Amino acid sequence: MQRALALGMVVAIGVLLVFTVSTNLLPFGSFPSRQIGENFDNSIGQQILENAPQQTGAANVVTSVVWGYRGYDTLGEATVLFTAVVGVVMIFRAFGRRE
Amino acid sequence: MAGMTVIVRTIARLLFPFTFLFGAYIVLHGHLTPGGGFPGGVIIAASVVMLLLAYGIERAQKRMGLLQAEVLESIGGVAIVVLGLFGLLLGAFFLQNVFPLGDLGQLFSAGNLPLLYLGVGIKVTAGIILIFYAMLFAFREEKE
Repeated sequence: MQRALALGMVVAIGVLLVFTVSTNLLPFGSFPSRQIGENFDNSIGQQILENAPQQTGAANVVTSVVWGYRGYDTLGEATVLFTAVVGVVMIFRAFGRRE
Repeated sequence: MAGMTVIVRTIARLLFPFTFLFGAYIVLHGHLTPGGGFPGGVIIAASVVMLLLAYGIERAQKRMGLLQAEVLESIGGVAIVVLGLFGLLLGAFFLQNVFPLGDLGQLFSAGNLPLLYLGVGIKVTAGIILIFYAMLFAFREEKE
């Protein structure tokens, strides 16, 4: 009974999600598009390539993406490194104490 | 952990300042040339680990001890967050570039990006050295 209820719940949520995504979201390919020469470019990357030096002042576009546009993501990366170091130090200290 | 032969010691001693300088260059020029805090920090950590392998644990700990590495890693992490909070203090978003941008291509340009990369470089350097020390100290007692 419970298992059937859970299964029905999962199916209902799945149908709801698929329905919502297929109707209420933006259609595919609706990125901000711009004309470059005769071609239309739909990518955000092209916009970043053109505007990054003026907007962030960094000559290295990778840096302007990593810390300028996505600084929060890179802060998370640094946190991942911190967590990894803390984990390694914790494990090896416990290991050394037991020996 | 004992050191190595005279040849290795001499080469390591000669290479240490150049490796350190190269790592510092990569960190400080992260907003101008390919590189940045993560690879530059690893290179600086490699220079210290090279000294450690050649001279033994005492010489390397004189350059950067265990407690020093722990404190430095925390300083690097706190520096990033404080630089991010600067944006909030000055009425902008978290981690937004609120410092003057300067001229494109100069060393002192791009606002807070080089400062953030400096924080990351310190953090990565101290973190890698800390991992190395932790692994070393875990197996040291049984050897001696």
